[in-house]
Amino acid sequence: MLLTRGEVLGHKKYGEHYHSLTIVAPEIGEKIQPGQFVHVRCGEGSAHILRRPFSVYRVHKRGGWASTIEIVFDIRGAGTEYLSHLRPHMMVDLVGPLGRGFALPKGRAHCLLVGGGIGAAPLFFLADDLRNDGHRVDVILGARSNRMLLNPIEVRRLASVARVVTEDGSTGEQGRVTDVLAETIDRCDTEIIYTCGPHPMLEAVTQIGVNHKLPVQVAVEELMACGYGVCMTCVMPLKVKNKAGAGKDRLGRPARRGATADGPKESDGEDEVTYARSCVEGPVFNGASVVWNGTSEPVAQDQAELSPGGLAVAHGSFEHSADEHPPPGN
Amino acid sequence: MADLSIKLAGAELRTPVLVASGTFGAGREGQTFVPLNQLGGIIVKSTTLTPWKGKPTPRMCETPSGMLNAIGIQNKGIDHFISTDLPWLLKKEAAVFASIAGNTVDEYVRIADKLRTGGRGITGVEINISCPNLEDRNNMFSHSTEATSAVVAGVRKALPKAALFPKLSPNVTSLTEIAGAAIEAGADGLSLINTLFGMAIDVEHRRPKLAGVTGGLSGPAIRPVAVRAVWEVHNEWPHIPIIGQGGISTAGDALEFILAGASAVAVGTANFVNPRSSLDVTKGIAEYMERNHVASVAELVGAVKTEG
Repeated sequence: MLLTRGEVLGHKKYGEHYHSLTIVAPEIGEKIQPGQFVHVRCGEGSAHILRRPFSVYRVHKRGGWASTIEIVFDIRGAGTEYLSHLRPHMMVDLVGPLGRGFALPKGRAHCLLVGGGIGAAPLFFLADDLRNDGHRVDVILGARSNRMLLNPIEVRRLASVARVVTEDGSTGEQGRVTDVLAETIDRCDTEIIYTCGPHPMLEAVTQIGVNHKLPVQVAVEELMACGYGVCMTCVMPLKVKNKAGAGKDRLGRPARRGATADGPKESDGEDEVTYARSCVEGPVFNGASVVWNGTSEPVAQDQAELSPGGLAVAHGSFEHSADEHPPPGN
Repeated sequence: MADLSIKLAGAELRTPVLVASGTFGAGREGQTFVPLNQLGGIIVKSTTLTPWKGKPTPRMCETPSGMLNAIGIQNKGIDHFISTDLPWLLKKEAAVFASIAGNTVDEYVRIADKLRTGGRGITGVEINISCPNLEDRNNMFSHSTEATSAVVAGVRKALPKAALFPKLSPNVTSLTEIAGAAIEAGADGLSLINTLFGMAIDVEHRRPKLAGVTGGLSGPAIRPVAVRAVWEVHNEWPHIPIIGQGGISTAGDALEFILAGASAVAVGTANFVNPRSSLDVTKGIAEYMERNHVASVAELVGAVKTEG
């Protein structure tokens, strides 16, 4: 991870809703993996001090746009408002690449990418890499309505099978991504699912994937202050197997030493719950390991853009141990 | 470059700029940006007797010129600090300030006991007394002279030689009284200030923005409060070294604290925004000293002119 300044190369819109910034950041562009994010400072003033996290939408490694990264966003608050006014040759302060991205399949695989709204952003970068590695890529892209769909034309170009769904039926099929998921899995002989979007969607996609005995990698949305693992605000509750499963990491692969989730563990029958920082141990997790319960309440609208896609939710409940009486402000 | 070294409660520090507890973990993540041996010291995230899981999310929200947090001191416990974090930090040549927290006087004392045998090499101990006291209807230790005194005296007894820095809460009627209680109970210095209690409400959903309902306010918003607190306590107790903290993000901010009476400063929330801010602050202090022909940081401590 690097702290750097990048020059804005281009600002454009995808449809009427989404802004795109292409930023010259060679050190980040060369290293970043799909699913990782950058943390962007939104102005020098002190009114809104925190950086905003963005999953990277595209990395351009060749041609006239080489060494650039592209982020997309819609305006959700003061930070994204600021960024929407940036124009070519203006400078932007970035930290990245941050977090752990999607794990790519080892052998050739049929990959199904499921994206909701702006949450679909990192799936474009992922689709590029998967295709370059010779994997089959199918995509389900969903949104509430036509204007919230992120670049459906590009999805049709990238995917072997592309399904576009909107809740109001304004484009593509009417419904939610999960309405067509099981059928798409069967039709495409899907072997792995990658998904990014609001947590209720991630939970539903995980459920269907698990029912089909498929690995599901989810990129989560948590509010974060620091983005590099020190503030402990962006934690996700994860189930980790006691003993027997302790040798697996967050994606269900055998764990490297020292790669286990941070934070104390709670005994909960066979599983333990641990609170993993989504900025360093995520934002990509094994969907089946996440404790999704009660994650559907949206956070305050003016705070949402402190999560990578601006889609953060509040966790209803996770109880802490009886011998723990934390202070109100620490 | 100007000589930035300082003496703080008997210890020699390379610079007067530390990183504040809870804003730099135990140094592992931040070392990418800041070589730990270039800091005056690292005040490690508070550790408790047993591991704490912390509070539900959202744990944080942004507020004007600052942020509110209600993390709940998620940490792996004192044994993990002693076995894992401390040896690593010492290998990195960091000046280590442990930070300890608990819910009873006995818990603080037991953590201190563990540090007496396992804490070899630490430079100081910050005592986070902004925690609920289970033996006094969950009132903050730091809000009562008796509880402050009991914790500091207990830790003093367990750690007779360590440099102790109780970290005081600004949410009190008379900070100087609490400071006096801490000093009389054996504090070598004081950390000023901890966060201000605050609350923010999502009016659309009519719910608090934090899952923990209330939280601690930090960042530039609290700096004037913190500078005033340092100045007030320094005037009352001029010989007690103070680690000033609260909203420092530039050298100018840090110098305000030093001129108000802080012997050292700690950069906190700014680490989230600019992970290198502690080094930027250090460089800026050196430049200020050269520009103003100041030979040592000590010359600046409490040098604000309030008369004439």
